[in-house]
Amino acid sequence: MTAFDPQMTGPILSVSGITKRYGARIGCADVSFDLWPGEVMGIVGESGSGKSTLLGCLSGQLEPDAGQVVWRGANGPVDTVTMAEADRRLLGRTEWAFVHQNPRDGLRMGVSAGGNVGERLMATGARDYGRIRDTAEDWLQRVEIDARRIDDRPSQFSGGMQQRLQIARNLVSGPKLAFMDEPTGGLDVSVQARLLDLLRGLVRDMGLSAVLVTHDLAVVRLLADRLMVMKDGRVVESGLTDQVLDDPQHGYTQLLVSSVLQV
Amino acid sequence: MTDQAYNFAYLDEDTKRMIRRAILKGLAVPGYQVPFASREMPMPYGWGTGGVQVTAATLRPDDVLKVLDQGADDTTNAVSIRKFFQRTASVATTESTGGATVIQTRHRIPETPLTEDQILVYQVPIPEPMRFLEPRETETRRIHALADYGLMQVRLYEDIARHGEIATSYAYPVEVAGRYVMDPSPIPKFDNPKMSDCPAIQLFGAGREQRIYAVPPYTQVVSLDFDDHPFVASKAEHECAICGSGDSYLDEVITDDAGGRMFVCSDTDYCARRAEGGAA
Amino acid sequence: MYVAVKGGERAIDAAHDWLDRARRGPPDQPALDSAQIRDQLSIGTARVMAEGSLYDPDLAALAIKQARGDMIEAIFLIRAYRTTLPRFGASLPVDTAAMQVKRRISATFKDAPGGQILGPTFDYTHRLLDFRLMADGELPADPPALPEAAPDQVPHILSFLNRDGLIEDAPADDAAPPDLTREPLELPADRPLRLQALARGDEGFLLGLAYSTQRGYARNHAFVGELRIGTVAVEMDIPELGFSIDLGEVELTECETVNQFKGSKTEPAQFTRGYGLTFGQTERKAIAMALVDRALRWRELGEDDQGAPAQDQEFVLSHCDNIQATGFLEHIKLPHYVDFQAELELVRRLRAGTADAAKEAAE
Repeated sequence: MTAFDPQMTGPILSVSGITKRYGARIGCADVSFDLWPGEVMGIVGESGSGKSTLLGCLSGQLEPDAGQVVWRGANGPVDTVTMAEADRRLLGRTEWAFVHQNPRDGLRMGVSAGGNVGERLMATGARDYGRIRDTAEDWLQRVEIDARRIDDRPSQFSGGMQQRLQIARNLVSGPKLAFMDEPTGGLDVSVQARLLDLLRGLVRDMGLSAVLVTHDLAVVRLLADRLMVMKDGRVVESGLTDQVLDDPQHGYTQLLVSSVLQV
Repeated sequence: MTDQAYNFAYLDEDTKRMIRRAILKGLAVPGYQVPFASREMPMPYGWGTGGVQVTAATLRPDDVLKVLDQGADDTTNAVSIRKFFQRTASVATTESTGGATVIQTRHRIPETPLTEDQILVYQVPIPEPMRFLEPRETETRRIHALADYGLMQVRLYEDIARHGEIATSYAYPVEVAGRYVMDPSPIPKFDNPKMSDCPAIQLFGAGREQRIYAVPPYTQVVSLDFDDHPFVASKAEHECAICGSGDSYLDEVITDDAGGRMFVCSDTDYCARRAEGGAA
Repeated sequence: MYVAVKGGERAIDAAHDWLDRARRGPPDQPALDSAQIRDQLSIGTARVMAEGSLYDPDLAALAIKQARGDMIEAIFLIRAYRTTLPRFGASLPVDTAAMQVKRRISATFKDAPGGQILGPTFDYTHRLLDFRLMADGELPADPPALPEAAPDQVPHILSFLNRDGLIEDAPADDAAPPDLTREPLELPADRPLRLQALARGDEGFLLGLAYSTQRGYARNHAFVGELRIGTVAVEMDIPELGFSIDLGEVELTECETVNQFKGSKTEPAQFTRGYGLTFGQTERKAIAMALVDRALRWRELGEDDQGAPAQDQEFVLSHCDNIQATGFLEHIKLPHYVDFQAELELVRRLRAGTADAAKEAAE
């Protein structure tokens, strides 16, 4: 199901030894993995397992105590842990995307849908109002929002629409990598299914790589190529999604999987 | 007559030196807001204390000072500030734009083009162009440091989306020397083009907010806009009822109870000179 | 022909003349003596000194007289005067434990070494207008009962709690505090800078903020551990002499609050402190300052940011100065007709656009 880019040789993101402590408590410890172009990596675990801390460290929102996050983008390999904040912010609005669980954290609630979608374009120099608007309309349609609502504010949207708007706002710049933190959390089951469908299509069409954090195994089953299972800040098991879910080796993964089956 | 109880131009020399350092830093980094330890002045914050401190640090005994507010030399606060410097620095004053070496202004740039021998000092109430988008100083300083100005453009986008045009008529944001986005002080956007490539030194003082910034001579100042919604330096589409000028900024004056009105130049010096010239 | 309005200068002179007469009141009444203000409206002069950041009861009284009783205007006069004063140096830190107290109370202990002294307080008075003051203003017949001579050292009550480790330690720190009046306020501000800004801050603003913490906006369960008012000696080191000399004394109000604290990830459960110190007898201000100080300390104590106004140092410090606030508030009285003209043009154009659109829609 993955569309690997044959032009790219080697991983797009190489994570090694990422560790983050909160005082004596471990946030996440010694996490390493490679992410390939077009690949979706799922990170699962209970709350407190360290998956959100790890996502924060990977995306530059938290500063890890140790480790490297090497990004191989348009400008060649760079360690995003040590890069200048200005460069990291630029990366954050061009080649990277971040989808928050709560759309309010990822949207400007006082700005129209069009302004929300257009912000990344304007932040990187777009100065043609008409073209910005056309692009915004196009993206609203791609995330299944009526283009006539371009001048409405997100507060007038339902939760599912807000989440789709957040996705459009992030993907408009054509990023290569998306970080997603429980993107379907807090939504009704039927809304979740529609959003997952949409995400799967977008990831495939855009050849997007993604790191997806969730506690919901159904979400990773649908979206993720590979899976890491975290417990107490450490990765206890990793592998191809189907393999890990159908034949869990670690006792904790077995518990996770079986608890899902009981639901 | 100088009031002997105070130092020349009121401020002590140490304070003036501190302000001059801030001015020089501002000139070296055009459009960057330099924090400075603004002093408490004997006039209220918000009434030009920043401009007064910059003027005080700039004045020499042989300077000729012009003070204008809303384009006029005779508005009450302009009178008050001019009196202050007459009293504390006993400098010569003038109402003539051409005859002044230092011009302190509130809300206008004179119509008469400025020269290399002149310093224009603006009074600034809110120096941060993004203050009403982002109230936190810690965050706006970061935005400036990283030149992360997308939010500013979003504000203009929202204006066009809602009103069909950029609905900012004064304090219209500009980009200085291709780097910092700057608040030009609450001048009407009609005056914005006069800032660019101007031969005079332009200094901006915000006393309450403790910031000084500057535009050096012959610096490019660009009003933010969109390619397909370009900046327009608009004004009332009339001619001055006194001097007949068709290209100066106009005040609208209500002349009677029946809604009668007329338009006259906001720059009283410019208008008077034209009226005299026409009569002669 | 229309002639632009002139005469700003004459109008200003006339207004100032009128102001002088209004200040004086009817000439058949005796003029206020600033010594009377200093001694009979002493809580007013204390506020002017505290928020004016200048300890000089005579000048504060003069400022109140000149300002016709407008306290913020009086504070403004003192601030503007203070700016012009040269700095010769800094005094040594005053020793409030050596305060000659005229008032000292604790809400947390029934009694303490040094005792409790109510002093000249409005507390427990019945707020009934005393018409005798209007009639003749005479003192009660009996001379006031002065307290017995207070001991030289009145230990701080919170130091007793500190012995048991029940309250956070507040070790002495010799670092010179930053000077808000000589350096621009940089955010985030550390505690010495915050305390300095609060000490100059508006009493009403701090009162409102402190009250908001009591009502649940970042509640921190404050008790007045100790409130003391009295005089302390001000000393200064004179390098040329090689020793310090006594410059005089100032009256201060000091408030230490004891605040409940359940502990956090980094700190054990113990009582914590808020601190207020102000010039003169200004106890409402000192208590409010202590509550706001404590609320602003949430980050260092590992507490949650509740999003309450009193926790937000940028909000509090940017808005607590009444001279900045009143100047900016009142500047909207100044002419703004150039900006207003620009707005007029814009509104007319936008309305014209709306009318055109409506017309098109109708056609």
